[in-house]
Amino acid sequence: MNLDDTPNQAEFRARAREWLEAHRDESPPPARGLHVEDPAPYRSWQGKLAKAGLVGVMWPAEYGGGGLGPSEEMIAAQEISRAGCAQIVDHIAIGELGPTIIACGTPEQKQRHVGPMLYGDEGWCQLFSEPAAGSDLAGITSRARETDSGWVLNGQKVWTTLAQFADFGLLLARTDPDLPKHKGLTMFIVPMDAPGVTVRPLRLMSGSAPFSEIFFDDVELAPDSVVGGVDAGWSVSITTLMYERLMALSAFEFMAPAPEALLQPLVGTEALNDGHVRRQIAELTVERLGLRYTAYRALSDLEGGRMPGPEAGLGKIGVVEAGRKAAALIAEALGPDALQGEYGELAAEMPGMRSAGGTEEILRNTVGERVLGLPREPRVDKDVPFSELAHA
Amino acid sequence: MNFSLTPEQEMLRDAAADALSRVDTIAAARDALTGDPLPDLWPTARRAGWTGLLVSEDSGGAGLDPFDAMLVMEQCGRRLASAGLLGHLAATMILSRTEHRVLDALASGEQRAAVVWDDGPQPDVPGADWLVTREGLYASDQVVVEPITRCDASRPLGHVRVDGATPEPLDGDFDHAWHVTQALLAAEELGVTEAVLELSVAYAKERHTFGRPIGSYQAIKQQIVEILRHAGTTRSLCFYAGYAAEAQPDELALAANAARFAAEEAAEYGSRTCIAVHGGIGATWEHDAHLYWRRAQLSRLLLGGVAQAGECVAEEIIARAQASVV
Repeated sequence: MNLDDTPNQAEFRARAREWLEAHRDESPPPARGLHVEDPAPYRSWQGKLAKAGLVGVMWPAEYGGGGLGPSEEMIAAQEISRAGCAQIVDHIAIGELGPTIIACGTPEQKQRHVGPMLYGDEGWCQLFSEPAAGSDLAGITSRARETDSGWVLNGQKVWTTLAQFADFGLLLARTDPDLPKHKGLTMFIVPMDAPGVTVRPLRLMSGSAPFSEIFFDDVELAPDSVVGGVDAGWSVSITTLMYERLMALSAFEFMAPAPEALLQPLVGTEALNDGHVRRQIAELTVERLGLRYTAYRALSDLEGGRMPGPEAGLGKIGVVEAGRKAAALIAEALGPDALQGEYGELAAEMPGMRSAGGTEEILRNTVGERVLGLPREPRVDKDVPFSELAHA
Repeated sequence: MNFSLTPEQEMLRDAAADALSRVDTIAAARDALTGDPLPDLWPTARRAGWTGLLVSEDSGGAGLDPFDAMLVMEQCGRRLASAGLLGHLAATMILSRTEHRVLDALASGEQRAAVVWDDGPQPDVPGADWLVTREGLYASDQVVVEPITRCDASRPLGHVRVDGATPEPLDGDFDHAWHVTQALLAAEELGVTEAVLELSVAYAKERHTFGRPIGSYQAIKQQIVEILRHAGTTRSLCFYAGYAAEAQPDELALAANAARFAAEEAAEYGSRTCIAVHGGIGATWEHDAHLYWRRAQLSRLLLGGVAQAGECVAEEIIARAQASVV
């Protein structure tokens, strides 16, 4: 067993390090998470990183990517952090949406869109979830109707990251309600400046508004905005979600800061001598380290040509659990003052995080069925035209 | 990066599973609760070459790494099989520093050894020819070994009384062997967790209520997936511990104790959830579930237990946090 770079990876790391040494001053300050007040400096930094081969590391070379694997993607992220530079904020675009268009889009769509996305010249957002369809994604009701000149879109999306700064969105809509729910869906590219698109920030319990809700009122779409074929949107969305899983593996470095970093506010306090606090620190550390080495195992599988199973997604539960434990521990050790500021924010983010990217419950169901082979619950919506379902 | 098993390690694991499958160690674990002797798995361990697993080839062993021993221990845990390895392997590690004269006999399995780590019940001391302590090495006829049973009879356990005997002074790396022992226990508990996961999944598929298999109910399914999640964390940390033992000695204390902590929590949660998934029958004497539960209950208290493993993790990580203050 080893965690060493292969000779090629070591060379990639050395080149990354050298470039970052020379250009670190051009980076904006590192942002916390994916949410920033103004993405412009991050996108211009992304352009420079992309030219240096440090963005889209896993993208095919013909689309400007590195044509490399998830380990190299992780190496790039590690080196960017090590240099004290900012990671890109368009993770979802680079990790999921670009790869989806490359896998499922038309030659014209690839030609038009993936370059500006890679270099940060155009921002993108993912328009899948709706107020009444998140875990049950195939239950979406946003409706696109075919017209003589293309499509007309009506509906609402929510939980959209960076929507207010996006030039385009990848949107899942229902195109045939008379088919069963998974069958009548189509994926579209939507220009966010089209008439009828309204973006409203959605303020969360933490007080910040990292997501938006988006309204579509008679938005006209061109015929060539369909990605992957009419009524074939479900398989396109599965492609996106598969890339999301892959991205989560190499992004664990930012999702899960090292336990010693989380403990910083307690250093020098009496709390560190308290037996109960120390036990909680152990629990938190074990959860975080478990996450890190689970990711290494999955990356190693990928390098060996084996696709990690859906159980890798259980890591999200660990991220939320460890975040919640860390915030609780720091608050308990430092008292009410700790509920203001950074750790109060962390505490206020965790309850909602449980539902981000699929609720914990749906995640556990999926793993129970796909990995352990446990029987599914009876499905009342299976093979029934969507228009005949109770909520449709 | 290579964080997966080599073909040789897969073979070692599969051979261990095969060798241990020839005796019904689960039934023996139940019978031992009412006084029957445990099956003697030492000949199995000798034939398989496990007795000298961590002894160098020069001293007659296989010269393998702690991670390889963990793979064998995982299979032992899975079947509640006690082959005397926990104490023996640690003893051989300690005696290896000076290439002690008894090492040859220990590597071949002609003689057995165990370590007396603390005043609590010590695994594998009954039947050991040599007892390694921090004070030095005792021959078994210098001391009194009192076999005991505490909750789980599948694990040979005993108290050792020295009564003024003089040990032969030893120069060994006790701390290293202690951490590796934590990792071996972690691997054993991983096997326990895997076993109760399998039992739970099988029963949830087969047992029907209200016209459906109970595994289709989210309330059951999600509890079982939580066992899987615990098992995954434990396995990853066992890999980390094995990797640290082999390549990153500075991280061994953190890695091995994190693995032990995760493993004990996993086995405790898994074994009690397994009973719950089975309903009332899971709590009967005839069912196997309580044998795993007993193993988890005792294991989490032995050799420092989950409490000391947690304390070690906290100490290591706090030291790192203090060192990285900017």
